[in-house]
Amino acid sequence: MVIIGAGVVGCAIFRRLAMAGLAPIMLEAAPDILDGASKGNSALLHTGFDAPEDSVERRCIQSGYREYLAIKDKLNLPLIESGALVVAWDEEQLAKLPAIVAQAHRNGVADVTQIDRDALRRREPHLSARGLGAVHVPGEHIIDPWSAPLAYAHQGLAHGGKILRRCRVTGGAFDSTRWTLQTTLGDISAGVVINAAGNHGDLVEAINQPPAFAITPRKGQFVVFDKPASGLLHAIILPVPTERTKGVVACRTAFGNLLVGPTAEDQQDRDRADVDHAMLEQLIAKGVEMIPGLAQHSVNAIYAGLRPATQFKDYQIAVNRERRWITAAGIRSTGLTAALGIAQMVGRSFAESFGDMREVDPIWTPVPNLAEDRPRQYMTGGDIVCHCELVTRSEIAAALAGPLPAGDLGGLKRRTRCMMGRCQGFYCSAQVLAIAEGRLQP
Amino acid sequence: MTHESDVLILGGGPAGLSCARALRGLGIHNTVLLERESALGGIPRHCGHLGFGLREFGKVYTGPDYAKRLADEASGSDLKLNMTALKLEPGGLVRATGPNGPQDFHAKAVVLAFGARETPRSARLISGGRPFGVMNTGALQQFVYLHGKCPFERPVVIGSELVAFSTLLTLRHAGLKPLAIIEESARITARAPGTWIARLGFGVPVLTNTRLLRIIGRDRVTGIEIDRGFGPEEMACDSVILTGRFRPETAVIAPSHVDIDSGTHGPAIDAYFRCSDHRYFAAGNVLRGIETAGQCWREGKAVAGTVVKALENGLPVREPDARVTVQGPLAYVYPQRIYRDAPIDHPLLFKARVTHAVRGRLSVAVDGSVVWSRRISALPERRIAWQLPTRDIGSCQQVSVQLDAA
Repeated sequence: MVIIGAGVVGCAIFRRLAMAGLAPIMLEAAPDILDGASKGNSALLHTGFDAPEDSVERRCIQSGYREYLAIKDKLNLPLIESGALVVAWDEEQLAKLPAIVAQAHRNGVADVTQIDRDALRRREPHLSARGLGAVHVPGEHIIDPWSAPLAYAHQGLAHGGKILRRCRVTGGAFDSTRWTLQTTLGDISAGVVINAAGNHGDLVEAINQPPAFAITPRKGQFVVFDKPASGLLHAIILPVPTERTKGVVACRTAFGNLLVGPTAEDQQDRDRADVDHAMLEQLIAKGVEMIPGLAQHSVNAIYAGLRPATQFKDYQIAVNRERRWITAAGIRSTGLTAALGIAQMVGRSFAESFGDMREVDPIWTPVPNLAEDRPRQYMTGGDIVCHCELVTRSEIAAALAGPLPAGDLGGLKRRTRCMMGRCQGFYCSAQVLAIAEGRLQP
Repeated sequence: MTHESDVLILGGGPAGLSCARALRGLGIHNTVLLERESALGGIPRHCGHLGFGLREFGKVYTGPDYAKRLADEASGSDLKLNMTALKLEPGGLVRATGPNGPQDFHAKAVVLAFGARETPRSARLISGGRPFGVMNTGALQQFVYLHGKCPFERPVVIGSELVAFSTLLTLRHAGLKPLAIIEESARITARAPGTWIARLGFGVPVLTNTRLLRIIGRDRVTGIEIDRGFGPEEMACDSVILTGRFRPETAVIAPSHVDIDSGTHGPAIDAYFRCSDHRYFAAGNVLRGIETAGQCWREGKAVAGTVVKALENGLPVREPDARVTVQGPLAYVYPQRIYRDAPIDHPLLFKARVTHAVRGRLSVAVDGSVVWSRRISALPERRIAWQLPTRDIGSCQQVSVQLDAA
């Protein structure tokens, strides 16, 4: 069976099916995994408190959330237990808070409460005094957006899965029992095809059938502030959502920075996520409006991600039993949390429709820790190459080796955080590339 | 176990090495210097061209030779390589880490000499894709001079501060000629404009009044979009070298208890180069971005003198008598903290920079009355320095530096 797309959703499905003894093959068009929609998100672990009650999205978020908590220690993945505050900045928003609490309770997130202005001030003394009140969601947390799916991919590999990178699917044919997929690496035969192609989801879907959805990539730009800024916040600061988007979030990151974003800009291009000076300035202004002290802090990094939005609010998950095709598309910004839940759902669908699932003893594949709140390798010694993010030579060497070595410089950065700090490679880029010489495919 | 010494210097560039050498000359033999790289010398180490050392050593060196000379002269001190300072604690305790793991250092005086670096693309908020091939001069120099390779062929250079001179020489060393130098202002920023660009630019077009609008490319740079005043136009290139806009390297200072000045972005100091925690001193480009290696070398020497005074209990221990406030188009002024009797036997030396090319009157007011003024015509990249006799400070509480544009 073949999974198309090695984003967070693909990696989670890959893991689930590999652990069921199905030896899946995952195909990725880019030089490395996590190169599309999964590259730029806000790195939050959601409770699903605000998801539509009867949606597939809510079910996947909540089962994904539970599974992440259950497996994180075994895979050495971080969890920054920050909680979140949905802050009302005006009377109109304040009036909406009780409904948010009520929905959270309906969604089974029972510990959600409304707090008043004073309680908000006590929790977040650096937040602008304009905050009138908030909904407190203790279970919303911060995670590492790249190490988690990397760990899923590693676990899938350990269970006999196979990953082909630089393998773009260009077409396919179904002969009533099997698929033959045409790819840039030649024809690949598949008993079942799973479409987890992210921003290309509708294009891949068209290989099987006219897609029931169309993807319009929604761009989200982010600004990452330098580490001292992380002292300005404890919780994740969420806005009162509108119909269209969850709005601009301010939160710490697992790596000890402070993040403001995303924007929500529809575009046609599925591969290119450009940043824009004016939008970044607006984001910074928005951040400073929420957290006045942020004005004193410098920007470390800027990035943009594309989330695969469709005309529907909910995820597009479906099984076509006759044509042996499973669709997992339209997974928007909540995909990082929901991925494990989506994988459970796909696993169940697979078992029902195509059978052949086994229970095997899990092999755990812990990944190196990159989060600031737990021991990092430099703390026990080592030759530091990237001084901003304190990345050692052996961490870089390890990311270039093993069963899933970095496929390009971006993949190396995501695996180690080298060159991702305040100097953005001023000091270390030549040395990093010298270490990687001959190890990264051109 | 905590490593004890009289003086601890953080940073082995021109300021730190010069300080180590000078301390030894002044009879302080128990100095430890921590350098995070595997070699001493700081930025000059990867400036492979000539232009260093004339004032310090009466001879022109290449950066690496200059770095070597600085290191040789400091060799009497305990120079520790591959040691990264992580945290500054009150009272002169510095937490560091190295190849063998964490190590604490404690000293009666700690000199911060972390240097400066150029502002990267991210902090400039430049629009466009984020492909490989966008880098600062510092990274370019390391590619070319330390690793003997240049990962591109057709660069465009952004900015015309003095460092762009080094960028051109570095590219020439790699056998490359940039497609253009792009400068937002109406004129070249570096002093002696035109002459060096004409002489060393070997016919590289200099586009002044030109804005970089956007970087084009997903994986590799394929071009840029610029505006020369006639609307957006594309220029093909395979790399973008962002030069200048130096910022003090305050990664370790900013999260600590030591005060940072919002003008210089470096630690706020008094006339003794002393920070808000009197155990800490600062010298070189960590004070501001950026002066020449020679200037940093002189500051390293000067701070050694005041460190020795501190060790002899010869410096005031009270809070500063006044803080300097800045008005008008001044990017910064330092020292930012004033003692009325300071420095004891010298006039007070101020240094400042303007935010943009400006003519006008620069004045210093002490407690509301102007005690010094001068007409200036200044460029942002040129240091303004002036002295104020100590007697003029009087019993000050408020010192204000003002620049009124004419």
